[in-house]
Amino acid sequence: MNSSSRQRRLTGVAVTALAVAVTATACSSGSGGSAAQGADSGTYTVWDPYPQFDKTSDWAKLLDECGTKAGVKVKRTAFDTSDLGNKTLLAAQQGNSPDVLVVDNPVVSTLAEAGVLTTTDDNKLDTSKVDPNLLAAGQSGGKTYGTPIGANTLALYYNKDVLKAAGVDAASIKDWKSLTAALAKVKKAGKKGITFSAIGTEEGSFQFLPWFWGSGAELTELDSAQAASALSLWKDWLQNGYAPNSVLNNTQTTSWQEFAGGDYAFGENGTWQLANAKKTGFDYGVLPIPAATSGNAAAPTGGEFVTVPVQEDSGRYATSQKLVTCLTSGENLYTTDTTLSYVAPTSEVQDKQVAANADLKPWVDAVKAAKGRTSDDLGTKYPKISEQMWRAVQSALSGSKSPEDALSEAQSAAK
Amino acid sequence: MHHTTQLPDHRSAAVRTGAATAAPPPARSGKRRRPTSTQWAAWAFLAPVTLYLALFYAYPLYRNLDLSLRDYTVRSFVQGDAPFTGLANYRKILDDPTFAPALLHTVVFTAVCLLFQYAVGLALAVFFHQNFRLSATLRALFLVPWLLPLIVSASTWSWMLNSDSGVVNALLSALGFDPVNWLTSPSWSLTSVTVANIWIGVPFNLVVLYSGLQSIPASLYEAAALDGANAWQRFWRITFPLLRPVSAITLLLGLVYTLKVFDIIWIMTKGGPADSSTTFATWSYQLGFGNLLPAFGPGAAVGNLLVVAALVFGLVYVRAQRKQALS
Repeated sequence: MNSSSRQRRLTGVAVTALAVAVTATACSSGSGGSAAQGADSGTYTVWDPYPQFDKTSDWAKLLDECGTKAGVKVKRTAFDTSDLGNKTLLAAQQGNSPDVLVVDNPVVSTLAEAGVLTTTDDNKLDTSKVDPNLLAAGQSGGKTYGTPIGANTLALYYNKDVLKAAGVDAASIKDWKSLTAALAKVKKAGKKGITFSAIGTEEGSFQFLPWFWGSGAELTELDSAQAASALSLWKDWLQNGYAPNSVLNNTQTTSWQEFAGGDYAFGENGTWQLANAKKTGFDYGVLPIPAATSGNAAAPTGGEFVTVPVQEDSGRYATSQKLVTCLTSGENLYTTDTTLSYVAPTSEVQDKQVAANADLKPWVDAVKAAKGRTSDDLGTKYPKISEQMWRAVQSALSGSKSPEDALSEAQSAAK
Repeated sequence: MHHTTQLPDHRSAAVRTGAATAAPPPARSGKRRRPTSTQWAAWAFLAPVTLYLALFYAYPLYRNLDLSLRDYTVRSFVQGDAPFTGLANYRKILDDPTFAPALLHTVVFTAVCLLFQYAVGLALAVFFHQNFRLSATLRALFLVPWLLPLIVSASTWSWMLNSDSGVVNALLSALGFDPVNWLTSPSWSLTSVTVANIWIGVPFNLVVLYSGLQSIPASLYEAAALDGANAWQRFWRITFPLLRPVSAITLLLGLVYTLKVFDIIWIMTKGGPADSSTTFATWSYQLGFGNLLPAFGPGAAVGNLLVVAALVFGLVYVRAQRKQALS
């Protein structure tokens, strides 16, 4: 190759590289500019995981109202709930965090660990009225990172017609033994027993937890004998045909659809299906999930926390605090939780909800007995434990490992 | 008119480059020549595509590599101060108990899918090449799997293969067989996603191979027929060898597409139960996004292994092509 042509080519490469660099800096300064615009002092951004609510919904209207009261404009963006955690991490990395973030409660400890959220010491949120078992999901290392907007949890829906045909009295179900006996009767009567979700995601762990905790097991010790008894309970149901094999792939929605089909006696599902339960066309009831020997199992709490992410300009917290307080206090909290079909996090509003709708009574009781997944200061250890737990459930139910082996493997992997 | 004015220009350019490569004048090499305006224009034309490649290909690849070489926790991801840990993430995934099964599943899934997609696609292409009545309509119908959004076809497959209410098990029990847990048994889940993926991949093979068939001159077949070759011989002696270049590119593209298949597996089985249908693609996602606490580093490392695998086969293809061109 001739040297002059090589030189020419080199110059060209250099020029192109320069052009790339110039454009890249132009881009980055451009995005910096838009971020500054987003942080405009009169506009406050709110992210929530409720894409089902559009501009005309009560939730969106409430946000606008609260903004007007605080003297600012509210810009709301709704994300899919499974997406919101990662979106928030990315935004924080870019210095673009929203002013107010409504996020699923087990994600709070992860975001707090990442340093994305302010504590209630910084943002001056008042959490004194919130039920402590619900608030615990947003606490780690002795600090509180937000306030719950509402809670939901799991219980057993049952189909009164199916139970009647099988000759089962719902009131007789007090523990695992009586529940399994009921399932046997239902199967004998030619109906289907119980459906739940044991899918290989967080949903699977969420659904397994009431049984896990109901056995007396602890999340810090996945390989305990109690844990194995809970997993064996599910496995035996599958083996005996009391529960369908499809639970391994069921989300909570598909499991609900199976129950709503009318053939199943029981379905493990959440508060949020209450409105759909009325549309099924059969008479249903709700039972708290029984513990292994007596009493009710603690179910995991679901539902979101309202948090205030860290901002460069700490002067914004005062207004954010006003917004959050507006969303989570008194009358507004009642509106919000009715819209979301959640149980309120304060006993004051819970009483009001039960007064207005007696159907909510078992759910309020269940929420009072419920336990946060990241509680007991598990924090960011929970996601790892949970992943190993759902894997163990999948291994055991699909028959690839015995419950004991699956759980002891899970325990060593979660450490 | 236009043509004639352009001609001298062309020729002079050819002469110039010819002279430059053949005999460089010694006087020129010492002094730095200023780029002429045409060269500037050439670089200006090149700049947009270079920029595009750099921004949308090179930079993401670089970021992915960077992610895989650092120890990212959620905290260091946000603060951007993740320590450089060299190949620690790669060592971590190599030691992971999921690695060996994931590798095996990826290889089996890719090989079986490619084999069947290609064989069925070729058979159908030859079949439709006979141009019978309605063949165009039927061929169009075969394209449906390709046109459907993956979420639709994968969800439909998972409904059909549902253990309790799926149509496949209903058919099996009507025929007197035991139902099979297609998606929820560790011994069947990989088979189920493979079958679904073959169904989705056949149309692509059909279309490309069919167009390859059309470029084979009909006279060859006539000559072969005159020589007394039967249909089987015509296929193995004419069609198959002449389709070789088209087959090679079909298989290469199919390989790249199949290696990275994620949606179908994720929607149908989530890689489970118990990792029995986990491939590198789903494992990478599982690590990076499948958990409340993302492990970006190992996730990126698995993704990079996939990129490297695709690249290796790409190079093999380029090499083979060059050899073919030379011979």
